[in-house]
Amino acid sequence: MLLKGKVHKYGADVNTDAIIPARYLNVSEPAELAKHCMEGIDKDFVSTVKPGDIIMAITNFGCGSSREHAPLAIKAAGVSCIIAKTFARIFFRNAINIGLPLLECDEAVDKTKAGDILEIELASGKIKNLTGGMVFTAKPYPDFMAELIAAGGLIEYTKSRLVSRRI
Amino acid sequence: MTLAEKILASHTDKKKVSPGEFVTVRVDLILANDVTAPIAIKEFQRIGVDKVFDPKKVVMVPDHFVPNKDIASAEQAKLMRDFCYEQGIIYFEVGQMGIEHVLLPEQGLVLPGDVVIGADSHTCTYGALGTFATGMGSTDIAAAMATGDVWMKVPPTIKLVYHGGLGKWVGGKDLILYTIGDIGVDGALYSVMEFTGEAIDSLSIDGRFTIANMAIEAGAKAGIFRVDNKTQLYIKSRAKRPYRVYEPDSDAEYAQIIDYDVSNIEPQVALPHSPANTKPVSQVGDIEINQTVIGSCTNGRLEDLRLAARILKRRKVHPRVRCIIIPGSQQVYLDALTEGLIEIFIKAGAVVSTPTCGPCLGGHMGVLADGERCISTTNRNFVGRMGSLESEVYLSNPTVAAASAIAGRIVSPEEVVT
Repeated sequence: MLLKGKVHKYGADVNTDAIIPARYLNVSEPAELAKHCMEGIDKDFVSTVKPGDIIMAITNFGCGSSREHAPLAIKAAGVSCIIAKTFARIFFRNAINIGLPLLECDEAVDKTKAGDILEIELASGKIKNLTGGMVFTAKPYPDFMAELIAAGGLIEYTKSRLVSRRI
Repeated sequence: MTLAEKILASHTDKKKVSPGEFVTVRVDLILANDVTAPIAIKEFQRIGVDKVFDPKKVVMVPDHFVPNKDIASAEQAKLMRDFCYEQGIIYFEVGQMGIEHVLLPEQGLVLPGDVVIGADSHTCTYGALGTFATGMGSTDIAAAMATGDVWMKVPPTIKLVYHGGLGKWVGGKDLILYTIGDIGVDGALYSVMEFTGEAIDSLSIDGRFTIANMAIEAGAKAGIFRVDNKTQLYIKSRAKRPYRVYEPDSDAEYAQIIDYDVSNIEPQVALPHSPANTKPVSQVGDIEINQTVIGSCTNGRLEDLRLAARILKRRKVHPRVRCIIIPGSQQVYLDALTEGLIEIFIKAGAVVSTPTCGPCLGGHMGVLADGERCISTTNRNFVGRMGSLESEVYLSNPTVAAASAIAGRIVSPEEVVT
């Protein structure tokens, strides 16, 4: 899959309260959540994000609560991929489970500026910075995670596991 | 193997597990709350099975926005309640419920040697009892409700050893804030924190819950304690099923061993906007406050309320401060009432609430306005955590929070207890 979009860049330790403040957690519809995406850190995000855009951050992106509302809001806002050096553990699981691609790549984070246009080939982890004319390669997923992603997320993976148990 | 590795291995078909390995782990208890359950239920229904794998191993607790603060949150609570009744899942209605991480151990639902997963990041609290407990998202919980197991990458373990005796007014909250201040909010990312040493041995179970609770604030997958006589005593009257106590092997491999001498540390305060932004209370400076919150899954237990009462007894909350005290469960509330703590709080000018997560996450029962400051015994002080993006949260133990409520600014308990 080829993804292409503009980079919205943030710092280290972007927490889930910044991604979707808890006062909006009285609903769980992704489209509703998307209206407040990144509100705690970037009030202009919702008005400037375009389908396909990419969120980039330094380290420990998505720390804090377990709320799946955070990756759901980001995905429903149209973001195609998040790139960081590291992700908080629960956020990482949640994003993979719901089919929001994440890539870990130190070099891309160090050399990419806000507003740059990136083109990403998910299968190979190749990240092209079209603005700066650079190419980076993200850390490959462990085999198990790749299998989960290929299945289409955790629910699809679980469905096929249950089917094979019955057989 | 470490304590965490032993518990995980015992819940797989393997004899031994090692850090980095992907394993399928059987779970003893699955938890969700009124914020995370609605998504979990919708995802569960997509899987195409009619029943959860075992309704006696699933528990749902309405605690975040209850008693419901608005129509939307009432709809979410209703969706969860209906699912629980339909499935026969363990459920605690308002009147029986408490803050999930205070309630579940109190009810004997989490025991040593268990693997517990919960759709709440503070699920790691149960590690205080020698349980492997970790927070996950709603979809993970949905899948586990169908299969009874969950995939995990075996985490490495960091051993933290706390030497020395604890000073006056210093407790579990101060040890964990001090630790996060040292290693940072991602200092234990993906790892297990195993808490040991004589300072840990000297802590009550309530103090250990506070430490385990905030392991997530250092990025950890779990926090864990060895079972001792205090744990056995806590469990004895509560356990309704057999459990097994595991010990780390003498040759267990740790990713890191960190030693702290805590005999000279003061009560700690985490300044805005990170739990790692810690200072000893004497170095915080002159910070006026508008509100104090004493409660939450971190510090809403009986010992916490007793400590707050020691400070508030025969004293008055500053006239410009709202002091909100929230017992973590109905049992804690009742015990506090019987012991006379509630009377002390009310006479001091504090307000006492029914159990709820409420203000900790800016939900209700104490949301902050622009420019307001709160000192709170909760676990997070991120931008906007308790309300306005222009408000500030300072984290501390219950004695510092209570003393600050009296002084109207952040002070050491020593300043008000003379």
